[in-house]
Amino acid sequence: MAVLLDVLNLEVRYGGIAAVKGISFAVEEGEMVCLIGANGAGKTTTLKALARMLPSAGELRYRNERLDRMASHALISRGLALVPEGRGVFARLTVAENLAMGAYHRNDGGVVADLERVHELLPRLRERRNQLAGTLSGGEQQMLAIGRALMGRPQLLLLDEPSMGLAPLMVQKVFEVIRAVAAQGVTILLVEQNARLALEVCSRGYVMESGCITLADSAAVLTADPRVRAAYLGE
Amino acid sequence: MDIFLQQIINGLTLGSIYALVALGYTMVYGILGLINFAHGEVVMIGALSSLTVIRLLADSGLPGPVVVLIGLLAAALVCMALGFTIERVAYRPLRNAPRLAPLITAIGVSIVLQQLAMLTWGRSYHSVPALLPAATHEVLGATFTEVQVIIVAVAALTMAGLMLLVNRTRLGRAMRATAENPAIAGLMGVDANRIISLTFVIGSALAALAGVLVAANYGIAHYHMGFILGLKAFTAAVLGGIGNLAGAVVGGVLLGVIEALGAGYIGDLTGGVLGSHYQDVFAFFVLIVVLIFRPSGLMGEKVSERA
Repeated sequence: MAVLLDVLNLEVRYGGIAAVKGISFAVEEGEMVCLIGANGAGKTTTLKALARMLPSAGELRYRNERLDRMASHALISRGLALVPEGRGVFARLTVAENLAMGAYHRNDGGVVADLERVHELLPRLRERRNQLAGTLSGGEQQMLAIGRALMGRPQLLLLDEPSMGLAPLMVQKVFEVIRAVAAQGVTILLVEQNARLALEVCSRGYVMESGCITLADSAAVLTADPRVRAAYLGE
Repeated sequence: MDIFLQQIINGLTLGSIYALVALGYTMVYGILGLINFAHGEVVMIGALSSLTVIRLLADSGLPGPVVVLIGLLAAALVCMALGFTIERVAYRPLRNAPRLAPLITAIGVSIVLQQLAMLTWGRSYHSVPALLPAATHEVLGATFTEVQVIIVAVAALTMAGLMLLVNRTRLGRAMRATAENPAIAGLMGVDANRIISLTFVIGSALAALAGVLVAANYGIAHYHMGFILGLKAFTAAVLGGIGNLAGAVVGGVLLGVIEALGAGYIGDLTGGVLGSHYQDVFAFFVLIVVLIFRPSGLMGEKVSERA
């Protein structure tokens, strides 16, 4: 498999404090990889740097291009989408308008068909299409954020804490959707605090601790690792 | 009754001009959270530059309305370039500065534009040639001119067009998304800087139109006409709920009517002690009342954001 995303010595600083301290990792095409770790480990910061929402040092290679030299708004047309922490739906736009924003950069004829696919995957969005996104429940907003990202036809989907603040049943539903998206061939980099769930759906994982990657292995090996079990799986 | 109707007609005319200017304030506020106090000066520059073009063409033999239209187009181009430049030069470098910095800069830009206008057009009051049909008509004892009809109609059509643009087009959707969250809109491929530039350009085109209309309404233009007009339009935007487009329209029209009615009746109400030259007091009285009792404005409601 070809490497889709290659991160080399990524470093992000907030003022004088280094939140991400020179980490390196890679994601191959078609893979589903997770980045797990405790609160404040630097996971969200890493995703934000990948999406160019934060300045960073180090090389970010995506296909044959350098992401670190691009502006945030140039990414989606290259197939890279982020579903941000806290969903980031446009509360004062309707559900339909939010989905249309996801396809903002596209001028191919496939948008209508893609909207149909998103509605099939997330039927609730069809029911609520004329409702303001701010009036949706947390789980529905998460579905909308994912659906909106899919409208951009991403090849690499970055997901930041999709389970955060959701009821267990809703978490199950969100992860079913993520599995379905992956099954369609979209490469996924998932950031999660819920390590058990993340390792269940992903094939590989990286463990982050205070800005560094401390473990990197297949999901099965990580799940069996006593350190992971003690720190993240609550055993 | 006839005074009442007369002042309603005058108020609607004035109010539609306020509304056009208020839209410029509210659009910029909605997207940047900035009160662009230089906006009134853009209106003034629009009025004076259209006047320059109109005077050049006055003896060309072209029909009056065509001359005014050419003057308007010229003013719109000048103001759009001006609005674009103001944002680039004065506000963009302060995008991440504390909020007070761009606000003070806006006041500075306002002073600079006034002085530039004074150097270009002088200190005198310029009379605007009456090139639009000025015939008067009468309904129920109140008179209105054709110029007034043109002002209200043009303003209404322009505002309807803007509403369509913002609420029904892909560009308008991107503008609303950027206003709500520029970073997330960026992830969808929206270049926030382009949208912000465009907002200034559209607002400035509306200002140019307002400048031409206000000059046609009063028949005069001068280098400091933008100051009080800008303050009143800002008041209208606050009255309607700043950041809300429909609010700016409602606030503008309402403020115009309040002002006209106030000016029409203040003499009678105070036994002749205060005259209609106290007209300007009403706008700022309204501003104070709104800020005390409903600081979010008439239509400034926030959609609740659930976690």
